[in-house]
Amino acid sequence: MANRTPTKRAAAIPHGLDREQLLDMYRLVRLTRALEEKLELLFKQSKVIGGLFRSLGQEGESVASAYALRRRDDGTGDVLSPLIRNLGSMLTVGARPDEVVRQYMAKGDSPARGKELNIHFTDYQRGFIGQISPLGDLVPVMAGVTLTFKQRGEDRVGMVYIGDGATSTGAFHEGINLAAVQKCPLVVIVENNGWAYSTPTRMQTAAKSFTDKAAGYGVAADRVDGNDMLAVYGAAKAAVDRARQGGGVTLIQVDTYRRKGHAQHDAHGYMDPAEIDRWATSNDPIDRYVATLTENGWAQAKELATIDARIDRELDEMIAGVEPSPLPDAEEARTDVVSGGPVAAPWYRLSPPDPTKA
Amino acid sequence: MATATRSKPEHVSLTTQRKPVTLLEAIREGLWEEMERDPSVFLMGEDIGAYGGAFKVTEGMLDAFGSLRVVDTPISEIGFTGAAAGAAHMGMRPVVEMQFIDFIACAYDMITNYVATSRYRGSGAVPMVIRGPSGGYVRGGPFHSQNPEAAFFHTPGLKIVYPATAYDAKGLIKAAIRDDDPVLFFEHKWLYRRPQLREVLPEEDYVVPIGKARTHREGTDLTIVTYAALVHKSAEAAEVLEKEDGLSVEIIDLRTLLPLDDEAIVASVKKTNRLLIVHEDTRTGGIAGEIAMRVSEKAFEWLDAPIQRVTAIDAPIPYSPPLEDYFLPQTDDIVKAARWLANY
Ligand SMILES: Cc1ncc(C[n+]2csc(CCOP(=O)(O)OP(=O)(O)O)c2C)c(N)n1
Repeated sequence: MANRTPTKRAAAIPHGLDREQLLDMYRLVRLTRALEEKLELLFKQSKVIGGLFRSLGQEGESVASAYALRRRDDGTGDVLSPLIRNLGSMLTVGARPDEVVRQYMAKGDSPARGKELNIHFTDYQRGFIGQISPLGDLVPVMAGVTLTFKQRGEDRVGMVYIGDGATSTGAFHEGINLAAVQKCPLVVIVENNGWAYSTPTRMQTAAKSFTDKAAGYGVAADRVDGNDMLAVYGAAKAAVDRARQGGGVTLIQVDTYRRKGHAQHDAHGYMDPAEIDRWATSNDPIDRYVATLTENGWAQAKELATIDARIDRELDEMIAGVEPSPLPDAEEARTDVVSGGPVAAPWYRLSPPDPTKA
Repeated sequence: MATATRSKPEHVSLTTQRKPVTLLEAIREGLWEEMERDPSVFLMGEDIGAYGGAFKVTEGMLDAFGSLRVVDTPISEIGFTGAAAGAAHMGMRPVVEMQFIDFIACAYDMITNYVATSRYRGSGAVPMVIRGPSGGYVRGGPFHSQNPEAAFFHTPGLKIVYPATAYDAKGLIKAAIRDDDPVLFFEHKWLYRRPQLREVLPEEDYVVPIGKARTHREGTDLTIVTYAALVHKSAEAAEVLEKEDGLSVEIIDLRTLLPLDDEAIVASVKKTNRLLIVHEDTRTGGIAGEIAMRVSEKAFEWLDAPIQRVTAIDAPIPYSPPLEDYFLPQTDDIVKAARWLANY
C-alpha cells in the first residue's frame, strides 16, 4: 500500500460519517484480521479447542454493515445476530477480543462458560445474539426479536447475517417471509462469498442474484460490493434507516470472497489458487479501505500504522492474560439446563458412591 | 439411466487391496459396492461430490459414478430428505448424508411425518438410508456431537442402525441400502479413523442382518448391553474388571437399535443374571429405559440385581473438555457401575 500523505484539501466524507468514525471502522477491521491471525497461531499451538473459522477477505463487510447499527450497552440499542464469519460484526457491536479468545480456548470464564464455542455467544445489553450451528435458524429468531420492537413501539432495528449457502434452508425462507409480512424492522445481510464449504454459489441457487429473491418475499433489496467498506456501510445505513422508519425488511446482497477453506481443517483443493490470489492482491477490503482513506485525505498512513501497532500490542497482552484462565469445573456441565438448580449427577459419579440412593 | 462405472481413483482404498480398513473406509466400501451392484442406488448430500464429504466418506465416488448418482445438494435438509423419499417412491434407493447427524433435526418433520408413515398410510415402501457422523468425545460442542437416536427410536416405521466395528459397518450399510424400509444409519465419528478398529474385511459380498445383536465379548458374571463407541469403552472397562476384580463381563453390541434384538439381550441376562446398560445418549427417555423395561417384562426372575445404566447426563452436550468429559460416560463410570452390580 502506497503511503500517500494528503496534500490537497480532504474530500467530503459520505453517508454522514465523520473522520473519527472512519478511523474507528479502520481500527475494527484491522482488529478483526489481527485477532483471527492470533487465533490461527493459537490453533497451530493446539490451544484452540475445536475448529477455527476465518473471515479473511470479508472482514470489511462485517464491520461496515454492523457499524450502521445504533450501538448501546444498556439493552436499548439495535440487535445483531452474526454467523461464523462475522467476528468483525461482533467486535463492532462491542464484543471484546478477550471474550472471543476465551470462547475458542473453552475457558471457564468465557461468555458461554465453556458450554458453547467460537463466536456463539450472547449479550442482550450490548445487543447481540449468538447463532447456533444449524444454519438459518437465527432468521426466524430475529424476525421475532424485531417483531417485539414493533409490538412495543421501540425504534430499534435487527440485523441478521446469512451465507449464500444457508439461504437454501427452510428456516431462512420461513423467517424472512414472516418478517416481511409483519413488516418487521429487520435487515438481512446475504453474504455471497462464493462458497458454502466446498459448494459454489451456483449450486446453492439457480437465481441470478439473491436480490431477485427479495422480490419474491416482497421486501426491499440492495446489492453491494462487499469489499468496499463505505459502500457496504451506505447500503446498511439506508436499510437500517428504512427499518427504523417503519419501512420493513431489506435484503442486502453483499458480494465478497472467502480466501481460506471453510475452516482451518479444510485444505480447500476445490478452490482456484489464482482466484484467491487475485482477490488478495487486488480486492482486499482493508487495502481498499486504506487507499480510500489516504487518497481522499481522510487519514494519513502514519495514523493508521499507529492504530495497527496498538492493536498488536493490546492483543498480545490480552492473550497472555487469558491463557492462564482455568477451564471450567467439570460439575458445571450440570448447570443451567433449566432454571432451579443443576440436573442430577449419576450415582456412579458421586464420591463416595452411594448406589443405594441411585 | 445410471452412469457407467468409471475407474476408482488411486488414492481411494477399498478392500480389494486386502489391507486392514478403518470403520470409515468400511462404510465407503459398502456404499461403493452397492453403487456398483445396483444402478438404483444413488447418493445425496452436502459437499459429498468433489469434496468427498466433510469426513471424506464419499471420496472418489463422484469420479467413479458421476454427478447423476453422487448428487451435491444445497443446504436443505428438509429438501433433500423429502427428495430422497420421492425418488424412493419411483424405485430408486437413495442414500442421504447429513453432514453432521445433528442437522437431522432440521429434517425431523420429513422423516417422522412423511417417511416413517408412508408404508402405513398406503403410500408404499420408502427404501432410503439417512446416514451421518454422530457422537461426541471430539470436543465438537453442542451441534457437532449429538446422539439423536432416541427421538427416532420412538418413531414407528423407521429402522436405526449404529455399528461399532468396521466389519459390521460395511455389512450393515449394505443391509440398510437393500432394506425396503427407511433406515437411519449413525456413524460414530470417534470410531471413524481409530487405528485399533482397522480390520481386513472379507473379499466376498456380505451383509450383516439388521435387527441382530452381536456378542462382542463372552462372560458369565454380568451383561453390558451397549452400542457404537461405548462398545469399546465397555470393553476397556471389562478388561479392568477382569484384571482387578476377576469379573467375567459379557458385552452385547446391539448394532441395530430399532428393531431391538430382545432375544439376544434376554438370553445374555439369563446367563449372567446382572444387567448394565451403557449408552452415550442422555439418560431420560434414552434407549436404556426401554431395554430395562423389556428385560423386566421378560426376564425379571433371572435378575440377581437391579438393572443399572451408565449414560450421558440430562443436559445438552457441552464444548469445553472437562465439561464434555463429565457429560459423557467414561470407562471409569462403567467400571464403577459394573463393580457395584457384581457386588450386589
Ligand atoms: C442446517 C445445516 N446444515 C449443514 C450444516 C453444515 N455447514 C456448516 S457451515 C456450512 C456452509 C455454509 O456456507 P454459507 O452459508 O455460504 O456460509 P459461509 O461459510 O460461506 O460463510 C455447512 C454446510 C449446518 N451448519 N447447518
